[in-house]
Amino acid sequence: MMLRALQHEFCAYLLDRPSRIGEQALGDMDVYHHAYRAQLLHCLQDTFEKTWSWLGDEAFEAAARAHIEANPPISWTLNVYGLGFDRTLAGLHPEDPEIAELSWLEWHLRRAFDGPDADPLDTATLGAIDWDGAVLYPVPTLTLGAITSNCAAIWTALAEGNTPPPAERLPSPGAIRVWKQALSPKFRSVDAAEERALRRLLAGAGFAAICADLADEQEIGRILGLWLQDGLIAEISEDHLPMSR
Amino acid sequence: MIAPFSGFGLGLRPVHYPDFLEREVPVDFVEVISENFMVEGGRPLHVLDRVRQRFPVILHGVSMSVGAADGAAPPYLKRLRALADRVEPLWVSDHLCWTGTGGFNSHDLLPLPYTEEALELVSTNIDRAQEALGRPMLIENPSSYVTFHSSEMTEWEFLAELCRRSGCYLLLDVNNIFVSGSNHGFDPASYLDGVPFDRVRQIHLAGHSQGRTMLIDTHDHPVPDPVWALYEEACRRAGPVATMIERDDDIPPLDVLLDELDIARARSEAA
Repeated sequence: MMLRALQHEFCAYLLDRPSRIGEQALGDMDVYHHAYRAQLLHCLQDTFEKTWSWLGDEAFEAAARAHIEANPPISWTLNVYGLGFDRTLAGLHPEDPEIAELSWLEWHLRRAFDGPDADPLDTATLGAIDWDGAVLYPVPTLTLGAITSNCAAIWTALAEGNTPPPAERLPSPGAIRVWKQALSPKFRSVDAAEERALRRLLAGAGFAAICADLADEQEIGRILGLWLQDGLIAEISEDHLPMSR
Repeated sequence: MIAPFSGFGLGLRPVHYPDFLEREVPVDFVEVISENFMVEGGRPLHVLDRVRQRFPVILHGVSMSVGAADGAAPPYLKRLRALADRVEPLWVSDHLCWTGTGGFNSHDLLPLPYTEEALELVSTNIDRAQEALGRPMLIENPSSYVTFHSSEMTEWEFLAELCRRSGCYLLLDVNNIFVSGSNHGFDPASYLDGVPFDRVRQIHLAGHSQGRTMLIDTHDHPVPDPVWALYEEACRRAGPVATMIERDDDIPPLDVLLDELDIARARSEAA
C-alpha cells in the first residue's frame, strides 16, 4: 500500500470509519484510537473548565464526545478546537441556555487571552476631535455576544471558588462583551443602548452613525467614557469618512 | 550547520513561568513547545520574550507533520519562521511522524512505515521546511505502538539516511528508544549502534507508563533506571550534548525537576 493510501486508512480507523489499516499494521492500534480522543477531550476540558464544572463530569464528557465525533480537527493548532462547542451544547441542552452561553463566554475569553495585542487609546493625549467625521477602531479582541441567562454571574462565582447561583433567565435578552486589557481577558455585561452602539462599532460605523441610534448626548458620553475607561478603543481617526450604514 | 551546544535544560511549562521569570534557575537552556507560542499575542509571547532575555531557547514542535503525504502546510511554516525570527532559538525541532492527511489533523504523533517511498517524501518535506525556516532542523525519533508490514528498513537506518539526504540533525529521545524497543522487540543498543552520533545535537529524557499491552510515552513519571542507563550509553557515543528532561503531566515543583536534571549531569559525566 502506498503511503498516501496507508495514511488515509489510518485516519479512517481513528475516525471510526471503515478501514483496512489492520491488514498493514502490527501492534496496538487502540493506543492511537484512545490517544486521539483523550487529547481532544483534555483540550475541551482545559478550554471550558467552568462549563465542565457547571455541567459535571458525566454530562460534560458526553457533550465533549459528541462534539469530537462530529467535529474532527482540521487546524494545525489545538487552540481553535473549541470553536463551535457552544453550538454543540446548545443542541444538547436547548432548555438550559446558560450552558451554551457559559461556554461561549469561556471560548471568547480564551481567544482574547492569546489574541492580537493592541495598546488602548491614551485619553491623556487626545486632542480636539471632529466627532462628526470620526471613526473609532476597537481593539482586535473585542467581541459581543447575545445572552438570555445569568451565565456571567455563574462564571464569576466559579472563578472565585464560590457556589454558583441557580441558572436564571434574564428578564429580557441581553449582551456581553469580551476583550483583552493589559494582557488580561475581560468581560462585562452591557445594557441595550451599549449593545446597539457596540454592534455599530464592530460593523465599522463612524461615530456619527453610532450616535444616531442613541437617545441623547448624556447616553453617548456615558458609553464613550466606558469604552475608553475599559480600553476598548485602540484608535480614533478623522481621516476617513464614516461608512454609510 | 548547527554548532554543537552542550548543557542541561528543562521544558518551559506554564506552572513554572513564575520560577523562570522571578528566580535563579540553574539551567543552560529552556525548550518550549513551538505551537503554544505561535499565537497572535497575549501573555504567552510576553512570557517567552522575558524568558528569552535570560536563557537560550529551543523551539520544539509537534505539528509540522514532516511525514504527511500532503507535506507540511506553508502557513504553518510561515508562522513558525516568524516565531523563530523573534526568538532566535538554538535550533528548531519536530518529530519523525505525521499528524493527519486530507485536511484532518489528529494532533497525535502518528507512525510511518520505514520505506524508500516514505524516506524520499520525508526528506523532501524536511528540505522544504528547512528552506522555509532559513535554518537546519533537528528531527526526533518517535515512540510508537505499531509497525508496518511494508517497512523496508529499521527506524535507525531510516533516520541515518534522512540525515544524509536532507542535512537535518537528530534529537535523540532515549525514552522513546526504550519504549519502542519494548513495544516492538528490538534491542535499544542495536538502535544506538545505528545512530549517526555526529548528527545528534540534543537528547530528550522522560518517563513512561505501562499501558494495557504496551509501554506508553506519557511524560508523567521521573526518568526510570533503564532510561538512565540508555542515556549513559548514548552519552558515551555522543560526547557532550544538550540534554533536557520532558515532563508534561503530573508536573512537580521546579526544584524536583532540577534535582532530576542534576542526575542527568552526573550520569553524563560518569559516561
